[in-house]
Amino acid sequence: MLDIKIPIGLMFFVFGVILTIYGFISRNDAEMYQKSFSHNVNLWMGGLMLVFGAVMLLLVKRRKPKT
Amino acid sequence: MEVQLHLIDYIIMVIYFVFVLGIGWFLRKYMKDAKQFLEAGRSLPAWVTGLAFISTNLGALEVMGMTGSGAKYGMLTTHFYWIGAIPAMVFLAIFMMRFYYGSKARSVPEFLKLRFDEKTRALNAILFAVMTIMASGISMYALALLMEKVLGWNFNVSLWLSAAIVLAYTYLGGLSSAIYNEVLQFFIILIGLLPIVILALMEVGGWSGLKEGLAPIATQKGFAPDTLTTTWKYTSDANANPMGVKWYGIFAGLGFVLSFGYWCTNFLIVQRAMAAESTIAARKTPLIGAIPKMFIPFLIIVPGIIALVLINNPGSGFSIMENGKPNYDLTIIMLLKHYLPAGVLGVGITALLASFMSGMAGNVSAFNTVWTYDIYQSYIRPSTNDAAGDARHYLRVGRLATIFGVLVSIAAAYLAGLFGNIMDFLQTIFSMINAPLFAVIFLGMFWKRSTANGAFAGLLGGFLVALTHHGLTAPAGATTLVKGGWLSLIHTYPVEMAQNFWTAIYACSASTLLTVSISLVTRRTKTDEELKGLVYSLTPKISEKNIPWLKRTNTLALLVLIIFVILSILFW
Repeated sequence: MLDIKIPIGLMFFVFGVILTIYGFISRNDAEMYQKSFSHNVNLWMGGLMLVFGAVMLLLVKRRKPKT
Repeated sequence: MEVQLHLIDYIIMVIYFVFVLGIGWFLRKYMKDAKQFLEAGRSLPAWVTGLAFISTNLGALEVMGMTGSGAKYGMLTTHFYWIGAIPAMVFLAIFMMRFYYGSKARSVPEFLKLRFDEKTRALNAILFAVMTIMASGISMYALALLMEKVLGWNFNVSLWLSAAIVLAYTYLGGLSSAIYNEVLQFFIILIGLLPIVILALMEVGGWSGLKEGLAPIATQKGFAPDTLTTTWKYTSDANANPMGVKWYGIFAGLGFVLSFGYWCTNFLIVQRAMAAESTIAARKTPLIGAIPKMFIPFLIIVPGIIALVLINNPGSGFSIMENGKPNYDLTIIMLLKHYLPAGVLGVGITALLASFMSGMAGNVSAFNTVWTYDIYQSYIRPSTNDAAGDARHYLRVGRLATIFGVLVSIAAAYLAGLFGNIMDFLQTIFSMINAPLFAVIFLGMFWKRSTANGAFAGLLGGFLVALTHHGLTAPAGATTLVKGGWLSLIHTYPVEMAQNFWTAIYACSASTLLTVSISLVTRRTKTDEELKGLVYSLTPKISEKNIPWLKRTNTLALLVLIIFVILSILFW
């Protein structure tokens, strides 16, 4: 059956890519990040999601040779 | 109070929907018979069922309500996640799960049928089916209303669209799809709400800053300065804490009756564990769920408590006022608005939608199982000699029940809009089935002398006692009879929660008394042989001696209890 780590990993990887790019583009928009005390939350959360998604996908790959 | 969403937020939301539907689409080809569809083929690993176990409980009303409670009662709200969940989950794992799983029952009502008799099953199945669908409808109504108020979405569109998405993936992939999506939803809720916790703690200056900020608020309410950041410290007197309950009320009402009734006997929850691949995986399910469960308060309750500081600081620009009154249900969404710029805001809103969907899919997938097995197969069309034909037939019925369940939920949502009070009242009434049910199942599993008639009397009697108690008491300041006192008012509780606790305590005690006394004067209808695997004393002891000790259920349970004790002491 479907390994749930695949959709989870893929989805967060995609989210991570989108948010990282978005965060990068909007990095000079001081007004936008006023809410988050000038922290570029999009960049940080995007990075976190990229890592999380990648880890999930890596866990899937490692299992494969067994079967 | 409107929240402005940008294109990027909608893109995130749409991607999430694509994945949710994609999981259902991918799983559809495995749905060959009723067992696959309604029981996920009993093939899922423990970590998946474990996360689904708590995710299905993490519905939108839960998230909104708990953040709101955080803003109302402070850290005391964590009792719902610690004493009010962990002991029950450990008990379920160690003592009860093997009987549910090992009995081969496909639902909690079916367990009642195997252990007791048909009428006990029928009573529970019907009450459960009605309650589940109603709960689903009420939560749909609340969500669509919130989306209309805050995001400006059309009420009907959000209601039908969210229902259609849940229907699509549960129709395609059944329980597996619901469970897989619950795991996905668990992670998105976690990651979506994480930035508000971090940013909110930054704003108030960490935990110590939060404590300082709350001290004047607590004092102003007439409590000790640290009341809002402690859990047990001020529970020796009901008037010394905002929840208005004493420690033994929390202990007995929440920690024992309500939580054991909910976590150990609610089929919605137990069904997740029943889908596990083996007895040991089923037993580990609640324990694996318990670990994140203990930390969820930091994600949803702590932001609520911080919101309380912000509400009392006019300079913060944070408000949950609606028509001149605070609406605590808005707390979470206003926090999202307050802290998150476009982008992560989309993830946060998606997390709320996800929590709603996991709650609803849970209800629908539990409903279709009880309907198909406990009502349709038992009373409308029993199995025939053709096992393969039956499996296909019940698969079709399960799918139709899914559509039917969603449609009735939608109807219930509109009814909730029209007759909100009546629906709330009905929901309160139906929530009264849990406490007596726990007493009956507990006695059934651990006392072989308990009889079918005793169980039936206990179930019905406990329910009636709960109803009577609700009819005779009311929380202080109640303006409608929906809150209680509709028979005549003989006692007033300081808060609604205290009333709920005591309703459950009375119901559970009455049910125990009735089941025991009627069992003693009636005859057992099942032989020892028939009760093997259903009753503790008649079932061979479970042994995990052949498993390395690190992987044993008891080791995991011990770990859960240690974390539970540490957290309770840290936030005493």
